[in-house]
Amino acid sequence: MDPQAFKTAEHFVKEQPYYEPQGAEIALFEAAYANQIPVLLKGPTGCGKTRFMEHMAWRLRRPLITVSCHDDLTASDLVGRYLIIGGETRWVDGPLAHAVRIGGVCYLDEIVEARKDTTVVIHPLADDRRVLPMEKTGELLQAPPEFCLGISYNPGYQSVLKDLKQSTRQRFVAIEFDYPPPELERTIVTNESSLHQDVAEKLVKYARMTRNLKGSGLDEGASTRLLVHAAKLIVAGIDPGIACRGAVSEALSDDPEMLSAMNELSASLF
Amino acid sequence: MSKRPLTFEQLEHRLEEYLDPVLSTRRTAEAPAQALSIFSRGQQDFVLHWISVIVRTNSEMGYQFASQAPDALRLMDLHGVEKWIIQFMDVYDKQGLYPGCANVQAVEQFAADLHLREFVLNFEDVVSVLEHYVHGLAGRALKLQPNEIVYTDTEHLYLPRRLRLFRTRQKNFGLYKAMASHLWAQTWFGTFRVPEGLVSLVNVCGSYADPERATRLFHALETARLNACIERGLPGLYREMMALQSEQAEIRYATNWTDAVHRLQAPDATVRDTIRALQHLYADEGHLPPPFCFQGRLMLESAEAAIRARQDREKHAFHENLRLMDHKLEANAAGPARASIPPRLQATWPPSQDGLHDPQIEWTLDGRPVTPPEEIRALSRSILQDFGEIPDEYLVAAGDGAYQLVPGSDQPAPSVWERAYHEEGAWLYNEWDFRRQHYRKDWCVLREIELHPSEERYVDEVLSRYRGLISGLRRTFEALRGEDRILKKQIHGDDIDLDAVVEAYADMHVGLEMSERLFTKHRNLERDMAVIFMVDMSGSTKGWINDAEREALVLLCEALEILGDRYAIYGFSGMTRKRCELYRIKRFDEHYADPVKRRIAAIRPQDYTRMGVIIRHLSGLLADVEARTKLLITLSDGKPDDYDGYRGEYGIEDTRQALIEAKHQGIFPFCITIDTEAHDYLPRMYGAVNYVLIDEVRKLPLKVSDIYRHLTT
Repeated sequence: MDPQAFKTAEHFVKEQPYYEPQGAEIALFEAAYANQIPVLLKGPTGCGKTRFMEHMAWRLRRPLITVSCHDDLTASDLVGRYLIIGGETRWVDGPLAHAVRIGGVCYLDEIVEARKDTTVVIHPLADDRRVLPMEKTGELLQAPPEFCLGISYNPGYQSVLKDLKQSTRQRFVAIEFDYPPPELERTIVTNESSLHQDVAEKLVKYARMTRNLKGSGLDEGASTRLLVHAAKLIVAGIDPGIACRGAVSEALSDDPEMLSAMNELSASLF
Repeated sequence: MSKRPLTFEQLEHRLEEYLDPVLSTRRTAEAPAQALSIFSRGQQDFVLHWISVIVRTNSEMGYQFASQAPDALRLMDLHGVEKWIIQFMDVYDKQGLYPGCANVQAVEQFAADLHLREFVLNFEDVVSVLEHYVHGLAGRALKLQPNEIVYTDTEHLYLPRRLRLFRTRQKNFGLYKAMASHLWAQTWFGTFRVPEGLVSLVNVCGSYADPERATRLFHALETARLNACIERGLPGLYREMMALQSEQAEIRYATNWTDAVHRLQAPDATVRDTIRALQHLYADEGHLPPPFCFQGRLMLESAEAAIRARQDREKHAFHENLRLMDHKLEANAAGPARASIPPRLQATWPPSQDGLHDPQIEWTLDGRPVTPPEEIRALSRSILQDFGEIPDEYLVAAGDGAYQLVPGSDQPAPSVWERAYHEEGAWLYNEWDFRRQHYRKDWCVLREIELHPSEERYVDEVLSRYRGLISGLRRTFEALRGEDRILKKQIHGDDIDLDAVVEAYADMHVGLEMSERLFTKHRNLERDMAVIFMVDMSGSTKGWINDAEREALVLLCEALEILGDRYAIYGFSGMTRKRCELYRIKRFDEHYADPVKRRIAAIRPQDYTRMGVIIRHLSGLLADVEARTKLLITLSDGKPDDYDGYRGEYGIEDTRQALIEAKHQGIFPFCITIDTEAHDYLPRMYGAVNYVLIDEVRKLPLKVSDIYRHLTT
C-alpha cells in the first residue's frame, strides 16, 4: 500500500459546486488569494461556509484538502509523521503539509475545536513568512504562491473555552457569512432539491420564524442546510408538516413546549 | 359474586371507629351512616377506605368527607369521586383546614366542572407554547397575559384565562392560537398605523355620532383585511381559523359589504382603505356581520397610548444611537472635519411581498453606505412595524447637547446622601462617565457586608422539592467531570500509547531523538476554573424573582460541588454612589456548608442596582485567583439603575466599561437575565453572545445550571 495518503488528483473539485454569492465574498476571496492572505470564514452552522470553500477551490482550479478539526487533533496530525513500512521508515505528510507542497487549498473546518497548540502551527503559515516548520524532518516548507489557507469558526458558541485567540484571528482576512436573504435562500433550496418554488418559499419563511426564536429558547435558528434536508424529504413525497418536524424542529430542540410552538408555526404555513 | 351491602348499624359502627376524635353527643355518625347504607357494597367499601386514609391526615376532613360522600356518589362515578378527594386533600395540604372543608362542601361544583375538565384549556397550559409561537411569527416580542377582554395594546396580547367554547382541548387550543394570531396580525399588518393626514384612530371613530358602533364596524372591516393577509402569508393558519369559525357560525358579509370587503382583501390594502370603507358603510343602517370567534375587542385607546409611549422612547434612543454612531465614524475618518450640518441617515427597503419578513434595510449616511449598530437596526425594525416607514425626523442625528436626558436625572439629589456611610474602611472605585469620556475618580464607595444567615431550613426544602431534578443534575455534571478520556502521549501514565511508540520507533530509526511521551493516562480532569456569581439583590427582585434566584443558587451549588470548580457568590445592591453594598454569601475559600446555605436563604431584595462598581470590585477578586479560566456570571432582572442618575445610557455605559476592564484582566463576563427587554441593551454591555435571556422566572432554577454547563464545556 502506498503510505502517501493524499493523491493530488483526487482533491481537485471536478464539477462546479453550486454556490450563490450573497455579497462580494467571491471577489474578496480572490483578492485575498492573489495577495497570499489567508482567509477566515465566520458564520453560523449550515450557512454555506464549506460549500463556498469547495466552490472557490473549483474556481481557482486548485486541489482542496478539508480537515474537520476535533479536540484530539494535534499538530503532528496536521504536519505529518514517520511510519515504519517493512522495516523502513518513511515520512508521511499530514494534510496541511501536503496542501503546502502541492500548492492547494487547505481548509481547517471548525478550527476552535482543535487543541490549542494546533493553532500555533499555522501561525507562521498564516503571516507573510508563509512557511510550515516541520520539526521532525528539520524542513522548513515554503508555501508556493498557489497555496491558500482557510479556516472556519462559528462565533455563536457560548463557551468560554471555544474562542479564537486574537493572535490567530488577526492573521486572516475575515469573511462573514449569514443566512442568505429570503429570495436567495429560496433559490438555493429550489436548486439543491428541485422543490417547487412556492413550497420552497414557505420553507424559507419557516426558517425565518425559527430564527426569530433564537435567544428566547433556541440556541440557533434553522440553517439553510436543514431547509435543504426538509426540501429533499418533501420532494421524496413526505408531507411538508412532517418533513419540517423531522428535518427542522426536532433537529433544533428537545424542549417539548418549543417543539410544539415550532410545529404550530409550520402548520400555519402549509 | 358481589357482597351484600353493609347495614346501617355496621356502617355506623365503622364510622364511629374512624371518626371518634371529632364526634360528640351533638355530632354523631348517624346521618352519614344512614345516607351511605343505600349504596352498593363496592361504593361503601370505597368510601370507608378513603375515610380511613383521610383521618390519618386529619379527622375533621374525614368527617366532612363522610358527610358529603353520599352526594358525591350520586353525582359522579368512583373515578370522579377519587379525583375530587385528591383535589380537596391537595387544598388542605397547601392551604389548611378551612379552605379544605370548603372544598369538600363544594362537591356539586366539582362534579359540574368535572366533565368540563376534559376540554377546558387554561391560559397557563398554553402560554409558553403560544409565546414561542408568536415570537416566531415576526416582529416585536409580544408578551402574553391573561385577561377578561381579548385585545392587544401592541406590546401585550391579552387572552382569556380559560377557554371552553369547543368540546375538545385540541380545538380550544386552536382557538387560543387563532386569537393570538389575529391580535398579532393587528400589530404586524398595521391596524394601528395612522395614515398620513390623520391624527389618531380614536379620533377617526370618535368623529361619528356613535363612536362605539364605528369602532365595531372598523374592527369588522379590519378583520376582513387581516384575514386576507393571513390567508396570503399563512395559509395553513387561515384554514384552521376558518374551520373553527365555521363550527360556530358561517360569516357572510351583507351584499352592500361585498365591494368594500373585496377591496380590503387586495394585497395592497391598508388601514386607509378600512377607514374609507368605514365612511361608506357607517351611514347604512344595515346589520354588522357577527364577530369572528377569535377576533376579541379592538381597544384603540390603549393601543394608541402604548404606541405613543414607545414612540417617545424609541425616538430618543434612536437619536442617541445615531449620535454615537456618528461620533465613531467621525473618529475613524482621517479626513478633514465634516461640515457642521447634522448627518443624515437614509434607509431604503424593498417592498416585502407577503409582509412576513423583516425587510432588509439598506442604510446610507450622507450618501455613503453604512452598517449601523445592532441597536439602531433593532429600533428601526420596531419603528417600521409601528409606522410602516421610518419617518424623516428619526433620521437626523442631534448635534451635541441637543438632547437632554430626562431633567433631574443627572443631578444627584444631596438628600439621598444623608444616610450614606462615612468612607473609612471602604473601597473607592472610579466610574465611567460616557458624556465626558472620562472616569470620575474615586466616585463610588463600596463595602463588603456579611449577609446575616437566616435560621430557615430553606436549602433543605429546595433540595427536597427538586429531588428528581438534582439526581439528573448530578448525573450530567458527574459525566462532565469524569469525562473519561484517555490522554495520549503523556510522559507518565498507566498504559503504553502504541501509536506513540510506533511513531517514536520510527523516529529513532531515522536517527531522531526518541520522544519520551509514550504513555496514555486516564484524564484526571483539571477544570481549573474560577467563577463568581453576582446576584442582583435590588428591590425589583422582590417576590418570585428572589425565590427563583435563591433556588437557582441552591441547584447551582449542588452542580458546582460535583464539578469541583472554584466558586464564590456575592449579592449586590445599594443606594447612591456613596452606599454600594456587596453581600458576601460564599467566598472562594469557604466550603459549601451550613453557614453558606443559611446565607443563601437570607438573600432578600434591597435597594438599587449600580453594577459598574460591583463588577470592578469582583474583577479584582477574580484577578487574585489563580485559574486558567475566570468567569463572572451575573444573575439579573434588569438594567443598571440607581437613585442618583445612574440609569439609562449612563448606567449602561459605565457597566459596559467595567465589563471591558474585566475582559482586559482575562475575565469572561456573562449575564443571565429575565428582563425581556434585555435584547435592547445587553448585547451592547456583554456582547451579542455573552448573555442568555430566560423568559420565564419559573424556569430560572432549572436553566441556570444548564447554562453553566453549556458555558464551560
